[in-house]
Amino acid sequence: MNRSSAPGRNNRRTALWLGLLVGGMFGFGYALVPLYNVFCQIAGIGDAAIQVAEPGSESKTIDQERLITVEFTGNVVGGLPWETEPARKVQVHPGENVRIAFRTTNLSDVAVVGQAVPSITPTRATKHFIKTECFCFSNQTLAANETREMPVLFRVDTDLPREVKTITLSYAFYRVDADPQTAGTTPADAGTSSG
Amino acid sequence: MTATTADHHDDHHPTGIKRWLFSTNHKDIGTLYLWFSFVMFIVGGLMALVIRSELFMPGLQVVDPHFFNQMTTVHALVMLFGAAMPVFVGLANWQLPLMIGAPDMALPRLNNWSFWLLPPAATLLLISLFMPGGAPAAGWTIYPPLSVQGGMGVDFGILALHMMGISSIMGSINIIATVMNMRAPGMTLLKMPMFVWTWLITGFLLVTAIPVLAGAITMLLTDRHFGTHFFDPAGGGDPVMFQHIFWFFGHPEVYILILPAFGVVSQIIPTFARKPLFGYTSMVFATATIAFLSYIVWAHHMFTVGMPLTGELYFMYATMLIAIPTGVKIFNWVATMWRGSMTYETPMLYAIGMVFLFTIGGFSGLMLAVVPADFQYHDTYFVVAHFHYVIFGGTILGALGAVYFWLPKWTGHMYNETLGKWHFWLTVIGMNLTFFPQHFLGLAGMPRRIPDYALQFTEFNMMSTVGAFLLGFSQILFLTNVLRTIKGGEKASDRVWEGSEGLEWTLPSPPPYHTFVTPPQVK
Repeated sequence: MNRSSAPGRNNRRTALWLGLLVGGMFGFGYALVPLYNVFCQIAGIGDAAIQVAEPGSESKTIDQERLITVEFTGNVVGGLPWETEPARKVQVHPGENVRIAFRTTNLSDVAVVGQAVPSITPTRATKHFIKTECFCFSNQTLAANETREMPVLFRVDTDLPREVKTITLSYAFYRVDADPQTAGTTPADAGTSSG
Repeated sequence: MTATTADHHDDHHPTGIKRWLFSTNHKDIGTLYLWFSFVMFIVGGLMALVIRSELFMPGLQVVDPHFFNQMTTVHALVMLFGAAMPVFVGLANWQLPLMIGAPDMALPRLNNWSFWLLPPAATLLLISLFMPGGAPAAGWTIYPPLSVQGGMGVDFGILALHMMGISSIMGSINIIATVMNMRAPGMTLLKMPMFVWTWLITGFLLVTAIPVLAGAITMLLTDRHFGTHFFDPAGGGDPVMFQHIFWFFGHPEVYILILPAFGVVSQIIPTFARKPLFGYTSMVFATATIAFLSYIVWAHHMFTVGMPLTGELYFMYATMLIAIPTGVKIFNWVATMWRGSMTYETPMLYAIGMVFLFTIGGFSGLMLAVVPADFQYHDTYFVVAHFHYVIFGGTILGALGAVYFWLPKWTGHMYNETLGKWHFWLTVIGMNLTFFPQHFLGLAGMPRRIPDYALQFTEFNMMSTVGAFLLGFSQILFLTNVLRTIKGGEKASDRVWEGSEGLEWTLPSPPPYHTFVTPPQVK
């Protein structure tokens, strides 16, 4: 640490490699976006997706002893002129096929295309939730002022962890045919329920 | 580095505004940083008083809810990026060259630039209050989707954060280069004063954490304006991803704020206990361990997002692990005081107050680390109480102690001890009156960032508001004391304190404009 030997050059060198470190960390921030998913897959702790089964398929067994409460909630995210009324909560036995519907209305005078993105709470129930039919599988077009019962056909897997007694299925509806950036300015509408 | 003769021959410098605008002198830039952070401390404090005024009674009296949200957000940003971070950069600028026997900072022009980025950044942040739609109001954590939807005030806020980030990155590059390359002959790494050590480690935290924040807010900006969907589920993004990236920066940030204060306390306590610091080497390693651990515990800020159980368990245990190196530090400070010849001048009061109050904040942090408990405490006033004990009780008390400790050295005059003690006691009483009741409010379920509350929370909120005004107005004593000390007062000796050790105390008080032009020899 003898500073009389060209301290200026030493300092520039230190500043340079620290600058590179800063650049690297900036990139690392972006790399975190894919890295989190990769890491969770490797560690096997990621949120598994909701299971999809063939329409008409049935569970081999039905667990008559347990009764699970399934609740529904729906949010329309700003920019989509829709209104949705979720189904009432239901009590289901694991393995039992159940059909419910979200009653959704287009409030505008033109046809609008929307897409629903589902999520399950608690997260650890996600991979035990099986859908055979869902309006969220594809874009939905509602004609001007149309109201439609949008169906979901699901069952809860029999190997659902025993401590899970209530499951909430949530949908966030987004506009597909418009730039989502035109949303905005109405924070009150904006409860997405991702998780 | 021409080795001129005696130090005091080098005392001429530019005068007037040019001295400050173009300064490359570490003492001048340190002074600028300290004044800037004091102004920001007052600005942020006034915002806190707006918040506390509204919360004095249930119902809405003083401001409308949207403005309240702007206040909570901008108060936090101003305090963190405008006051708490710059104050320690200012202390580092003044003290590091003096403590390691260097003639100046390693990169003086960069130093000038890092300071002069701050006033425009603060201006950008503050004028956003007058934009249509107002200042950022999504909380200082600027979580999407709310922050994606705000008005152009959010863009001003993001730009301000970028500038303050660049400033502190440059500042810390400078500090690291200074500590690595400019130490006096004989000053090996393990002979460095603790304040230098904690700043070296903080510097590394800054250069690695701030760029991640820069990335996160850049993604936010492109989500807002350039059609990317990093955090927008409609386009395949995920708002929770922002929280992960943000807290990857955010947790190290907490230690960026506290480690230099640890360093200050490690300078002050040995001085007034008249004993060398107990367990110096373990202090160094504890600091480094805390810095490392700070990078692997981020998700304890977001236990309620619906993480897998494995993740919650990991983050809970890893977080609790931090109590060990922190405990090492606290026990070392206590052991330093043990059987010391203690005297209680103002800096010592601040140091002891810091150890005591920071420990309370540390313990409430441990409570928050427990996952099932955190589900209850999350986003309540308990969290607000916790981090104010850590940041006010730790960081700010540490910084105030540092100013009293080194002010006689900087100005050549002793501050007024009576006024200093009044300032200490009023600050500490005000602080505890403000934040201690908030623990109870949080445990009883009062949520943070909401301008109204249920009736049963009234008494504690009133106490808190009274405390906040006491705390705020007692800072006038501090300003008065500092101004009086700059103007005049009892002449300070070179050593200033009876028990002071270190290179800075070998210099005259005040030190000449250029110091250690010929390096001192450290044995």
